[in-house]
Amino acid sequence: MKIIVCVKQVPDTSGKVAVNPDGTLNRASMAAITNPDDLNAVEAALVLKEQTGAEVIVVSMGPPPAEGMLREVMARGVDRAVLVSGREFGGSDTYATSQILAAAINKIGVGEEDIVMCGRQAIDGDTAQVGPQIAEKLHLPQVSYAAEIKKDGNTLTVKRMLEDGYMTIKVKTPCLITCIKELNTPRYMSVGGIFECYEKPYEIFDFNTLKDDPLIDLTTIGLKGSPTNIFKSFTPPQKGAGMMLEGADKETCEKLAGILAGKHLI
Amino acid sequence: MSTFNSADIAAFNGGVWVFCEQRQGTMMSTSFELISEGRKLADELGTKLYGILLGHNIEGIAKELGGYGADGVYVCDDPLLENYTTDGYTKVICDTIEEYKPEVMLIGATNIGRDLGPRCAARLHTGLCADCTHLDIDVPKYKDFLRESSTLAPAMIDSIKEDDRNLKMTRPAFGGHLMATIICPRFRPAMATVRPGVMKKAEFNQAKADACEIIKPEIKLTAADMQTEVVEVVKAAKKLVDLIGADVVVSVGRGISKDVQTGIKLAEELAEVLGGVVGASRAVVDSGWMSADHQVGQTGKTVHPKIYVALGISGAIQHKAGMQDSECIIAVNKNETAPIFEIADYGIAGDLFKVTPMLIEAIKAAKAAK
Repeated sequence: MKIIVCVKQVPDTSGKVAVNPDGTLNRASMAAITNPDDLNAVEAALVLKEQTGAEVIVVSMGPPPAEGMLREVMARGVDRAVLVSGREFGGSDTYATSQILAAAINKIGVGEEDIVMCGRQAIDGDTAQVGPQIAEKLHLPQVSYAAEIKKDGNTLTVKRMLEDGYMTIKVKTPCLITCIKELNTPRYMSVGGIFECYEKPYEIFDFNTLKDDPLIDLTTIGLKGSPTNIFKSFTPPQKGAGMMLEGADKETCEKLAGILAGKHLI
Repeated sequence: MSTFNSADIAAFNGGVWVFCEQRQGTMMSTSFELISEGRKLADELGTKLYGILLGHNIEGIAKELGGYGADGVYVCDDPLLENYTTDGYTKVICDTIEEYKPEVMLIGATNIGRDLGPRCAARLHTGLCADCTHLDIDVPKYKDFLRESSTLAPAMIDSIKEDDRNLKMTRPAFGGHLMATIICPRFRPAMATVRPGVMKKAEFNQAKADACEIIKPEIKLTAADMQTEVVEVVKAAKKLVDLIGADVVVSVGRGISKDVQTGIKLAEELAEVLGGVVGASRAVVDSGWMSADHQVGQTGKTVHPKIYVALGISGAIQHKAGMQDSECIIAVNKNETAPIFEIADYGIAGDLFKVTPMLIEAIKAAKAAK
């Protein structure tokens, strides 16, 4: 049994975000981290590994420096890593990305007992689209927003969160699950893990590795193969600052209440 | 296989469609928001607007969509569609799109919409833009939007060619630091998931609801198409807070950490006198002090109430992204340089534990004096 986990290296958008004058993101100025939801997917895979002895493989699409992130993920207990990297893949939107990642997962091979896992969404694009689109390309059933996963033989029982409650869904392997942070708390790298991660198998899949897969066609991957294009990108304006009320006492509060009453807001 | 070809753009003359999500027979409010927005897009394109409604025994709730602007509703009623399943819904929607060929397809960006949309777009081979907050067809209107909502130089906005007829789908990225407008020029339908609470619901019109056409497409769904089984659907036991529909939201941030229980209680009291609900920043939800349904921000809900009170919220861009369009923003924060004051209409630099009780009394008094 294998569990294949898709991970992405993303700029840390929780800190200071630098924008170039042309409205694009200055990625060089930002720290690169492993996408937070993807770490929940890795953790879920490692928990299943402990229960079943499954092999856990991470796959990421990105430039060669993403190797560092993949080594770190292996230091958490993942068995091997694949980086999907190539000029032909650059500029891909979610549709094109899912074609490429699905081809890479096909290359690794999805057997009858296997599971593909993804984080719900990446914090750079926040689209939550690549997981379901990989599932479609691989013809696998999907369960997204997983907050609990139980495995019994080849059947997974998944608690799938909704805004107003949840659904309990049964699905058989092979399948694809997208994970949310409520699912678990990711473990840290272990000292032994850090030691071992440089010995573990690490492969790069480029265009030539994947080109025989029917999903890999220059008209459906990369910038040219992406159905969506950016028409414009821009930074939103700051709303102008209003009035700072002097003091923080009873009088200030009465003044504010008076203003709100005057504007018929209360 | 059918001869469906998403790149044959000219063939897609079936109008603007909105996926109208219902749960347990109750229409989601985002369906009405998207029908209202879809009406504007259909008018700009000079085409018709249709809802597509899936479920079992749901025909009775279809015509109401007409009251918000739908010319008709494709009603797909089948016992296998009783609960949402990715497989069942994707197959029926894709089959119906292949037959009737809409040029635009809007889906509410709910947990269900964001499961369904990408799966459909991948099957149809078309583009999907996630979690949009603004939509345009006409370029002059889009330019007005940019003048209002971007920092682009006026000359750059003026230079945009006016002949583009693609759906322009605008969305925040990188935690709200950047906005991107996306188009899908080579394939149809152009698909978007749209953030709930952002589009404004139109005035309901009973005559239009009565005139709404009901269309029943052929459903080619069998149990063999379903690869997942819904064992149960559970509604949250606690009533979830309706942040999106609220006129007043009083939110708390990390500033309550000194005494979490009191901080939340003060926010609840202030919300009560103002007739509103309590929200929270991501820090508060991540710390487990309040449940996720209270979260306002890029990864939470987008609100635009009449009054938004931020108590002890520093104002990270990810929070601002969810509340900066509120009519009147009031901020209370100990740190007078907190970024929240950059967007607040009224700011008080002070301790929320001291200021909030005084504010509650002052508002009670002001209301009593009216």
